[in-house]
Amino acid sequence: MFEPDDLIIEARHLTKSYQLSRYRFLTACDDVSLNFYKNRTLGIVGESGCGKSTFMRMAVGLEKPTSGEILFHGKNITERKGEELRLSRRHIQMIFQDPGEAFHPRMKVKEIICEPLFNFNQIKKSEMASKARELLEMVELPGSFAERYPHDMSGGQRQRIGIARALALEPEVIICDEITSALDVSVQQTIVQLLLDLQKRKQISIGFISHDLALVQQFAHQIAVMYLGNVVEILSGKEVSTKAAHPYTQALLDSIFDLHMDFSKEIVSMDSEIPSPLNVPEGCPFQNRCIHCMDVCRAEKPELWETEPDHLVACHQFKHFKYREDK
Amino acid sequence: MLEIQNITVNYNKSGKPAVENFSLAVEQGEICCLVGESGSGKTSVIRAVIGNLSGQGRVVQGDIFFEDEPLLSYTSNDWRKIYGTEISMIFQDTGAMLNPIRTIGSQFVEYIRAHRAYSRKEAWEKGVQMLERTCLPDGERIMKSYPFQLSGGMKQRVGIAFAMVFKPKLLLADEPTSALDITTQAQMIRQMMKLREEYGTSIIMITHNLALAAYMSDHIVVMKDGKIADSGDRNHILHNSQAEYTKKLLSAVPSLGGYYYV
Repeated sequence: MFEPDDLIIEARHLTKSYQLSRYRFLTACDDVSLNFYKNRTLGIVGESGCGKSTFMRMAVGLEKPTSGEILFHGKNITERKGEELRLSRRHIQMIFQDPGEAFHPRMKVKEIICEPLFNFNQIKKSEMASKARELLEMVELPGSFAERYPHDMSGGQRQRIGIARALALEPEVIICDEITSALDVSVQQTIVQLLLDLQKRKQISIGFISHDLALVQQFAHQIAVMYLGNVVEILSGKEVSTKAAHPYTQALLDSIFDLHMDFSKEIVSMDSEIPSPLNVPEGCPFQNRCIHCMDVCRAEKPELWETEPDHLVACHQFKHFKYREDK
Repeated sequence: MLEIQNITVNYNKSGKPAVENFSLAVEQGEICCLVGESGSGKTSVIRAVIGNLSGQGRVVQGDIFFEDEPLLSYTSNDWRKIYGTEISMIFQDTGAMLNPIRTIGSQFVEYIRAHRAYSRKEAWEKGVQMLERTCLPDGERIMKSYPFQLSGGMKQRVGIAFAMVFKPKLLLADEPTSALDITTQAQMIRQMMKLREEYGTSIIMITHNLALAAYMSDHIVVMKDGKIADSGDRNHILHNSQAEYTKKLLSAVPSLGGYYYV
């Protein structure tokens, strides 16, 4: 399913830590390696503060990693500067969480969605109206919206404008940071459908951040579950409900309210709080909330082990189920 | 216990009403969820019950009875007697309700003493005890912290502790979990279910999460454009509903192991 030829972005051992004071560091992302493939969706789930946004922002180039490298078609883009960096940005675009705040309130829709094209001298001023209409039709909005301002549109319509702006430059990768969390469920569904239609048509790679595991598993080819800056499990979306192995993924699944759940059973939840990212414990980051915690978990940090094809788990319980030795 | 009879809420005289002909009866110890999209008038209903409609909002028609007392004719003095003690409310973002430059304890003590003649020390102890009952183990420490030192889930639980001090008969909750992570959400919901068991509190909760509503409520009301689109118990809404809108909402909820797009 994941051909090496289709690899677009390869993130290798990305670490980002913020210095708070002389001796205190906050590690938002710890040794994260993930890949973006053409026409594939990578979903990242986790609680707030687990580093999912930080990772994506590094992939887009909004943050510089402390260590590690990002390869875009085999070339390291973390070292780029100035004009070279600016030109490289057109290949990776981003859609933001709150469509109400992502646009300049005094720009018309046509100016908003054509701005990236002007930045890279793709069109002339005279072509703006027709290009705007074309982009609006792509996101299933009437062409007459070009003359509107963002404030007289609904949340779902605004998010479509966000998608149109991100796709204006025909990027290879788009990153969606919680784009549906401010929307109603029915609107959320239409936005996701639109995104997937566009992916099929344009063969783009999508990075999708969400805290809603039930939503992401519906369409992500690969899901990375993050906890306190670490990737704890990588598996395909379809396998989430059946094959999730890591205790944290299990706990997430248990706390989801689902229409098909057994309503007579009490909902299971972890009683403890997520530890502060300032003092992540030695060893496994999940140790103090894990019901299977062993001695080795306190001493040694688990790596990601491949237990099945395309299924990686970072948990000492699964160390012995290693599927291949050479990895 | 609470009876809403055919109310219509209007925010400006000429415009379209936000809530139209809404009726609902809640029994002692019953949990009722209002579900609907944004702008469907869920919050207006709850705010009408607690007499706190924003702006020019007025209940232009109908009546609301709380234990056979007409709430709409209450003066602000009457309200003060029942706020917090008989009816209380949890907001979506408790962090915004708390004063950022005062400790939780100082606000909690003030709140308790505003309602009952407790000494400072008694009120403090009461506060600690309430916090511990809502699964915040180290109550003393929470009382001494400032809101910014607590996580979102902890602040929300502080909000519940505030609301439950005087064991109110009716608890109104406006999307209490939508700003929380799913693991914290599950904790909060368990907490609220426990309150119902311990105190027999009736709860009216607004949520946009249909599955959550199905899990916790005895009665679900689906709202659309200010009107009741559908109402009934869990079984009716999930399996036997005839309303098109309910079916549409249900099909939009992502489900584990359900439909896959790819």
